[in-house]
Amino acid sequence: MISKLLQHLFKHIDAFLMACLFFAMLISLFVLYSASGQSIERVYSQAINMLVALSVMWVVANISPQKLERVALLLYVVGVLLLIAVALFGSISHGARRWLNIGFTQIQPSELMRIAMPMMLAWYFSTREGKPNAVNFIIAGMLLMAPVALIMKQPDLGTALLIASSGFYVLFLAGLSWKFLVGALVSLMALMPAFWSMLHDYQRKRIEILFDPTQDPLGAGYHTIQAIIAIGSGGASGKGWLNGTQTQLDFLPERTTDFIFAVFSEEFGFLGNMLLLGLFSVIIIRGLMIASQAQSTFSRLLAGSITLNFFSYAFVNMGMVSGILPVVGVPLPLISYGGTSMVTLCLGFGILMSIHTHKNLVAN
Amino acid sequence: MGAELKNHLHEQYYFKLRLGFAGLAVFCLFSALAFRFSYLQIKQYNHYQTLAENNRISLVPIIPNRGLIVDKNGVVLAHNFFAYTLEITPAKVYNLEETITEIGKLVEISSVDRKRFKKFREQSHNFESIPIRTHLNEVEAAKFAVNHYRFPGVEIKSRLFRHYPLGKLGSHMVGYIGRINDKDLVNLEASGDLSNYKGSDHIGKSGLEQYYEKHLHGITGFQQVEIDADGHAVRVLSSNPPIPGNNIVLSADSKLQEIAETAFGERRGAMVAINPKTGEVLSYVSQPTFDPNLFVDGIDSENWKALNESLDKPLINRPLRGVYPPGSTFKPFVAMAGLEAGKREPPYSIHDPGFFTLPGSSHRYRDWKPSGHGSVDMQKAITISCDTFFYGLAMELGIENLAAFVRHFGFGRKSDFDIKGEIEGLLPTPEWKKRRFKQPWYPGETVIVGIGQGYTLVTPLQLAQATAILANNGVAMRPHLVSQIQNTQSGKNQIVAPFIQDKIELNPNNIAIVKQGMMDVTLPGGTAASVGANAGYAIAAKTGTAQVIGIKQNEKYNEHGIDERHRDHALFIAYAPAEDPKIALAVIVENGGHGGSAAGPIARKVMDYYLLGKLPATEPVKENKKSNGNTAATVPEEELHD
Repeated sequence: MISKLLQHLFKHIDAFLMACLFFAMLISLFVLYSASGQSIERVYSQAINMLVALSVMWVVANISPQKLERVALLLYVVGVLLLIAVALFGSISHGARRWLNIGFTQIQPSELMRIAMPMMLAWYFSTREGKPNAVNFIIAGMLLMAPVALIMKQPDLGTALLIASSGFYVLFLAGLSWKFLVGALVSLMALMPAFWSMLHDYQRKRIEILFDPTQDPLGAGYHTIQAIIAIGSGGASGKGWLNGTQTQLDFLPERTTDFIFAVFSEEFGFLGNMLLLGLFSVIIIRGLMIASQAQSTFSRLLAGSITLNFFSYAFVNMGMVSGILPVVGVPLPLISYGGTSMVTLCLGFGILMSIHTHKNLVAN
Repeated sequence: MGAELKNHLHEQYYFKLRLGFAGLAVFCLFSALAFRFSYLQIKQYNHYQTLAENNRISLVPIIPNRGLIVDKNGVVLAHNFFAYTLEITPAKVYNLEETITEIGKLVEISSVDRKRFKKFREQSHNFESIPIRTHLNEVEAAKFAVNHYRFPGVEIKSRLFRHYPLGKLGSHMVGYIGRINDKDLVNLEASGDLSNYKGSDHIGKSGLEQYYEKHLHGITGFQQVEIDADGHAVRVLSSNPPIPGNNIVLSADSKLQEIAETAFGERRGAMVAINPKTGEVLSYVSQPTFDPNLFVDGIDSENWKALNESLDKPLINRPLRGVYPPGSTFKPFVAMAGLEAGKREPPYSIHDPGFFTLPGSSHRYRDWKPSGHGSVDMQKAITISCDTFFYGLAMELGIENLAAFVRHFGFGRKSDFDIKGEIEGLLPTPEWKKRRFKQPWYPGETVIVGIGQGYTLVTPLQLAQATAILANNGVAMRPHLVSQIQNTQSGKNQIVAPFIQDKIELNPNNIAIVKQGMMDVTLPGGTAASVGANAGYAIAAKTGTAQVIGIKQNEKYNEHGIDERHRDHALFIAYAPAEDPKIALAVIVENGGHGGSAAGPIARKVMDYYLLGKLPATEPVKENKKSNGNTAATVPEEELHD
């Protein structure tokens, strides 16, 4: 009886994906305990974030893709309106206007856009069933660029690029022509020098430091240098949990959020990194599988985009912490401390699960 | 329907193709990350391991205890004590003024503290820790400690402070330490000692503190400490204890020093007493003195102004850097030069009419006694300080011969003394005058060198050393203040051995003549008879008076008619007991008037205590005028002049 109830309760939860998420979250809590200077409060707080996020996931998993498809446009419009509201009335912190005060709490509309963007584009292409033409792609491109431009203006370059890429994934999976892709890439590279020459010296300097932190070891480059030292000194098997000197002696900045990977890497070493990369790969493979088995254009494109977006976040974060990408404020998915990103992430996984578990119903 | 299904399958096929491509991209990019990790964590592991170690392990210097300075009887002249100090690192403080005001609400910060802080701030870098308050008591330290969190960049430190318990006594000898400045850093770097001063804030700035810096400082220890990014020590990994500095033991006696300084009273001047057989300096007086404790943590501007702008110039190390015309105290050495050159040997004598003239000139070089001394031989010339006798002798010797000879007695050159900053003085020669003034040497200038006037300049140390060399029959011992260096770690004492600098070949008969002349100075009939009265031991001495302002021909010098600071300097050299000298000294009382009456009694008090252990009977006379008035009434005319 109870098992039947549980079965019913979790019938839209993908057990494999769920297991992976649990494992990642477990890692998160352990790393967080070490990164926060062994603050159990921080761990509790993150555990609550996770519970909230998983609840959201459960709810979304129980909503059928068809229903999601119907709210896609609405979500997108609301998201864009909120972004405009941010630009007009948003509160400024750390020199950027990202938050909107809605009375009882503050929200960050760009987070909503992370989900709304792929949903909108997936919906758009699903309405143009069959082979989409060039006009469709141009319209999709405009739908993509409007919110991205607003977010870029905040300014939040990292989020803007990641949201742009989540939209781009839809375009790519929808069959954007290779000719266009190659052409765009070539023209972008051709425009680079012209763009570079337009910049002020200090702007160039800033970009140079982004790519070469050693140019400013005590300023902007400090974070990256300390993170690389942490990773490198972790060695093959790491210094052991709670034994990372860079971590425990406060040399690592932002070590519970954006730079948490350096903490993990220092304490668990190369083997730990491989394990984490493996875990992320498994999640991505599972997501791509769900996408490939999805039955409607909308769910296919959405599942693919969400999965690749998860990859983007993981790759950009690990890349910046290990010094091969410039530092942009992107958390490590599932591991970094923070409620909003955890909820958004699980919302995405909820959609994946919904797509996967509702396909038989559709077939029926 | 079929076409639609086909189309649908076609679309799915393309979608999977694209997915596969995306999967490949994911694989490639994750592989790139894996490659990056292997590069950092496997290939470059050692490199980053070292960097991490360097990050977390810091060498914290442990400052050694500075050696003590004690007198020959073990009386402490300089020692250390622990106290709290409140220090600010300006770079870490957002609003300096506000922070200081806020601290001021917890512990008292005087305007002097603020001024000193401001001075240091101008002199040091932004990231250096600068004291805002020193010598906090326990209550103040605790009060601040409780509120420490409110003041990032402000630290309370427990530090060793240097203290000079005897204060003003012998301060020119002991010297002081002060905060290390840029110039000190350059010097330390040049001498390769910079690493030993990691963590040290202070360095010897003057006197023995400066000269014996290497011995006193000790060797800095180090602690390997695990630190966090803010530089706070988390735990000690290993420790290498410091080696405390050596103690230095003086040949001077603080009691003797006190007697000598008290004897000077309010008067300006200098005195150096030397053991002629060893070169050990027994007393080293520069009056007025100052309190070296003012300098340890930076002197505030008011005290500095008071010291620096005082007409009495208390900061000048007079024995070493004060230059005076030797006056008649130069005569014994001129006499020695004459005798050794075969001139004026007994029974040669002159008739003194009260003046000397150069051939073919009417200019009169006057004797201090206008009526003249009558028949004068070498011994009597010294005893009564006959100017006419020495005018002629100098003329006959010639300036070059005279200068070359007396140079052996240490005039016109440095003595290699153990306080830095010694001045050479001046033994004028025609060559020097040509270089200095581009003028020829006139014979009259040689004449007055015979009585220690003219360009001739000596330091009190040189005068004392010359006296000691004479007392020691021409054997020059290196003068030095420190007799022992005690290694506090091993307990071993390194004795500063007497060092013979020079041996002047002198005819014993000639020595005997000069010495006898000097012995008679303190006997009835001599220019310092009162100094030798009832001494109980024989004193060989010579008085001197050095002109501060020129007196025109035919003008009479009237002591009471001119400003106190324009009066003559009083000089006095002596050694005793005359037959077996144990102490040789030179005393200069600036604007004191006559050597015998102003400087002589000081010498007598010093010798009495040193030779007999006798304490001075009466309080020193505080006022210059009174002293002259008193002595003038009781001493014979001979003593009022020389």
